[in-house]
Amino acid sequence: MTVAVIQFGGSNCDRDAVRALNYLDIEAERVWHEDGLPEDTTGIMLPGGFSYGDYLRAGAMAARSPIMAEVREAADDGVPVLGVCNGAQVGSESGLTAGAFTTNESARFQCEHVHLRVENADTPWTQEFETGDVIEAPIAHGEGRFEITDERYDELEANDQILFRYCDAEGNLTDEANPNGSTGNVAGILGEDDSVAVLMPHPERATLPDVGSTDGADVLTGFRA
Amino acid sequence: MTAYTATVTVRLKHGVLDPEAETTKQALDRLGFELSALRSADRYEVDLDAEDADEAEDRAESMAERLLANPTIHDYEVSVVEADDAQ
Repeated sequence: MTVAVIQFGGSNCDRDAVRALNYLDIEAERVWHEDGLPEDTTGIMLPGGFSYGDYLRAGAMAARSPIMAEVREAADDGVPVLGVCNGAQVGSESGLTAGAFTTNESARFQCEHVHLRVENADTPWTQEFETGDVIEAPIAHGEGRFEITDERYDELEANDQILFRYCDAEGNLTDEANPNGSTGNVAGILGEDDSVAVLMPHPERATLPDVGSTDGADVLTGFRA
Repeated sequence: MTAYTATVTVRLKHGVLDPEAETTKQALDRLGFELSALRSADRYEVDLDAEDADEAEDRAESMAERLLANPTIHDYEVSVVEADDAQ
């Protein structure tokens, strides 16, 4: 089994993702987007970075590259797909998940550690947690404010598709704990199937013990499910 | 075929927060200008050859639908003129 970490021009978290996955004994390799998905792909990670310089909108160009048609097809076949940061923006721009990630309310790049409340522990990405658990992970983005129509937001809630929300250390959903002004403090959501997830925080930067929090490791182990 | 210029204007839907416009407004306030609100928009000018203006408009609308705008947060409008009339 191999998790394909897709490298677009301007991706910059691809090596971190491979290293974090390998640390968890999950086989992973970087795949240049023009080369297409390897035949033995058993999981797909869309890594963070600034694909195509964030031109037009973050993730807009990568979302329309040919490999994303293969990713959507694989996702339809049940292959787990995880989009992180720029990968989350690519995921939402490509229609894998609902809504949009756009300019932070502060209009600034936010680079800090945040707390996340697990909203649905019945998914491959959160099976190590209980619903309501508070975990810690870093964010680093300028366009992470989750925007969605009221109607679609209600659908996400009704279908338990909200995976993580920004919260304080005690798990309270406050405006102060919301780093980018996201609707409903949403930090990560599921696609139509819970094998597809996108989130703005970086689990691969919270996996190796040397770099601080290791809560992200339990998100990445979703690729083993 | 006639040469046209299609102008695609993409703006945030009413009610969607525009932090860049808000920051720009604050800068204008600091410069002493009096204004009550400011909105920003992106404008794309597309030169293309088409049978007629309707075809040029249809194609520019497709471009907006598929790439230039994100329907979750954006509205867009398209206007078409013959290229000689542009400028």
